[in-house]
Amino acid sequence: MNADAILEHCRQLIAEPLGAVAGQWKAGRPGGRAVAVYPVWAPAELIHAAGMLPMALLGGGASVELTHADARFQSFVCSIAKSSLELGFQGLVKGVDGFVFSNICDVARNLASIYRRNFPDTFVEYLHLPQNSTSPAVGAYAAAELRRLANGLERTFELPVTEAALEKSIQTYNTLRARLRALYAFRIEEPQKLSTTELYAVQRAATMVPPEDSLGWLDRLLAELPLRSARPRDRLRVVIEGAFCEQPPLGLLDVLEDAGCYVVEDDLLLGWRWFTADVNGAGEPFERLGRAYVDRAVPSSTRHESRARRADGLIDKVRRARAGAVVFMPAKFCEPALFDYVLMKQGLERAGIPHLLVEFEEKMWTFERTRNEIETFVESMLFD
Amino acid sequence: MAQTAAARAASVTERQYQGRVHERSRQLMSAWMGELSRAEAEGQPTGALMISGNCVELLRACHVLPMFPEVTALQNAIRHKSLPLILKAEQAGYSSDNCAYVKADIGLFLDGGMGPGKPIPFPTIIVCNYVGCNVYVKWFEHLADLSGARLFMLDVPFARTDAPSADDVRYVVSQLEELIALCEEVTGKKLDIDELREVLGHARRAEDGYARCKHLTKHHPAPFDSYFDSINMMGPINVLRGTPEAAAFFEEAVAEFEDLVAAGLGPLSEERFRTVIEGPPPYPYYRSFRNLFTRWGAVAVQSTYSTVGGIWEFGFRKDPRRPLESIAEQMLRENLTNRSIVARYGQIRRYVEEWEADALVIHSIKSCRLFSAGQGDMRDYFTRELGVPTLMVESDLEDPRYYAEAQIKNRIDAFFEALEHKKVVAGAR
Ligand code: SF4
Ligand code: SF4
Repeated sequence: MNADAILEHCRQLIAEPLGAVAGQWKAGRPGGRAVAVYPVWAPAELIHAAGMLPMALLGGGASVELTHADARFQSFVCSIAKSSLELGFQGLVKGVDGFVFSNICDVARNLASIYRRNFPDTFVEYLHLPQNSTSPAVGAYAAAELRRLANGLERTFELPVTEAALEKSIQTYNTLRARLRALYAFRIEEPQKLSTTELYAVQRAATMVPPEDSLGWLDRLLAELPLRSARPRDRLRVVIEGAFCEQPPLGLLDVLEDAGCYVVEDDLLLGWRWFTADVNGAGEPFERLGRAYVDRAVPSSTRHESRARRADGLIDKVRRARAGAVVFMPAKFCEPALFDYVLMKQGLERAGIPHLLVEFEEKMWTFERTRNEIETFVESMLFD
Repeated sequence: MAQTAAARAASVTERQYQGRVHERSRQLMSAWMGELSRAEAEGQPTGALMISGNCVELLRACHVLPMFPEVTALQNAIRHKSLPLILKAEQAGYSSDNCAYVKADIGLFLDGGMGPGKPIPFPTIIVCNYVGCNVYVKWFEHLADLSGARLFMLDVPFARTDAPSADDVRYVVSQLEELIALCEEVTGKKLDIDELREVLGHARRAEDGYARCKHLTKHHPAPFDSYFDSINMMGPINVLRGTPEAAAFFEEAVAEFEDLVAAGLGPLSEERFRTVIEGPPPYPYYRSFRNLFTRWGAVAVQSTYSTVGGIWEFGFRKDPRRPLESIAEQMLRENLTNRSIVARYGQIRRYVEEWEADALVIHSIKSCRLFSAGQGDMRDYFTRELGVPTLMVESDLEDPRYYAEAQIKNRIDAFFEALEHKKVVAGAR
């Protein structure tokens, strides 16, 4: 497949229900299992090391109508929590054998146990990922928590995670993350050659197939994309921040670019590129992976980092990507994003970086008002 | 002629019971707030802490005066002062969808009510006991950002296994040791472990008393309302736990409630319905909300909110012989907030069965997704699987804009009318 064919394939793949994609993978593998991870991060390498297919559970987008889940979760709860539950009620994740949630927010935590109650035959694990980034005890705790997940998978599916297999999977995912970083770096240099929705499609598709498959696509894209011919336009380079969990509709990302922006950094689909550097170093693999969570995680609203201020990571991103502004894009009702917005905005203002707030819901389908807001913002920036 | 349900409802009155418990609680809490307001001038180190599953005993033994932003927020709501503070925070960029407790606290700072030389001082240290609520992390990050005070993140693994694992306990104990070192640094004094044991001894007595009070509501009528009146005990148990005064307070409370039981008295002229109430109260409309239940002779015999700090009625007590482990156990497991919402169904179920309740009332709070997100599933469990009559009403614990009195009243009236009808029909059989 050439780059365009890969992108088209990815676009089609991400339009399919998660359960169907899992089913296709399992069809050729008797006894095969798929386990999906709710945002933002869980160790895909560990699921992979058990011989299973790690996937991302990212809600139902605009495609599912809520018929059951809205009676369980109130109107003031984000959409992804409801639509993820709805996928279960409507059988759209049938084929996915397990789900892993973590302590990203109060909603996700409640969702995990409600999922388990409503689907008692499905494996549901809840990880408490460390929020203390400096305690001498945190490394051991993080490793123990990952081992607990491995034990749960083994108990349920009789698929053990050996250290050797985990070692190998860590290397595979290191490679995958390195490719994704390279693609992001390429976009920073030549955003005109890779649109946000293209990057998004390939990245999201990578959360639905084995890493061995997506590595092939990424290599091909990295080789071919620089050859694309596209003239750089006079657009505002922006960083998207706040969309780390519920995912904005593709239409919104398109509008952002149509209205005069180049997205040069973002926090979409953060889980599959969670570590800013390879998971290497001394120690056995569970410890290294746990340690990496504490020391090499990308700055995110769902993780407390006492060694930096909230806005530092964002400002750093803006500078590295040579962006002119930040577009805050929190999902409606998303508490972590909405709280961090305040501290980040204050930090940006101290650093003289302009910003715009665009709230979204995964199921929104008209973007005209947003388009106007963005256009006005871009104009005020470009012709200042 | 048969009385209509509504007419009978209106005939129930409150016994105008205020009692020693209420008065004593006020005195104790005022004394603590007095200390807090003098702390800055007296050079007394303070430590901000959250209510849920807290480690207040440790701060006490380290001579760091605990302060609780949640208490300030709820007091401002009760005094009808929360809205202007919330609006100030919203002007500064906080969303209408963020927990209003946090907004009222930040608003207090923006309004000039918190900071050096203000009624509420900046804390010397900020101890984020991350026990369940993720908003705690955000709140204290923001408080640290504006006050410049040092933030200590006390990460408490959520209850996700049958019992806390050795790894969980080790992790928390190790952080408690680090917290002791930090307290020693700010006070310049070494922790005396025997003093911590003594503080835990006082805590144990208070826990015992609180648990006994809560068991007394198994009587018919219950001697106090376990939702609306528990608030008088929540200050002493969650804020003042570890002081001899709090221990004595609960002993007096037990004696007073036992007297009421002996006299067959409850908080209302008649106890016609026994409820369990789930969720925090609407502090800006505490009194009006209570009245809506009083009219129907509905008394809460148990509540989940009264266990956010700790669940003691099922037997857990601090153990002075194992000071840090025992504190860690309470933080990890023996409180409502660090348990899953579905584990809470089990707690409520026990309340309904053992306290012989007629119904469950869910007060769904917009601010607090920890409590509320998914309460529709809870209602489904209780009504469909257990057949417990369940009412769900929505408002907020801090933001008065979400309290729609007429709508809430209609729902409460319709619910109790139906319960009343059921009772009459059952009686006729
Ligand atoms: S969108 Fe935000 S509030 Fe909703 S589950 Fe994700 S992190 Fe939590
Ligand atoms: S979300 Fe709930 S528990 Fe957390 S700070 Fe707000 S009111 Fe308190």
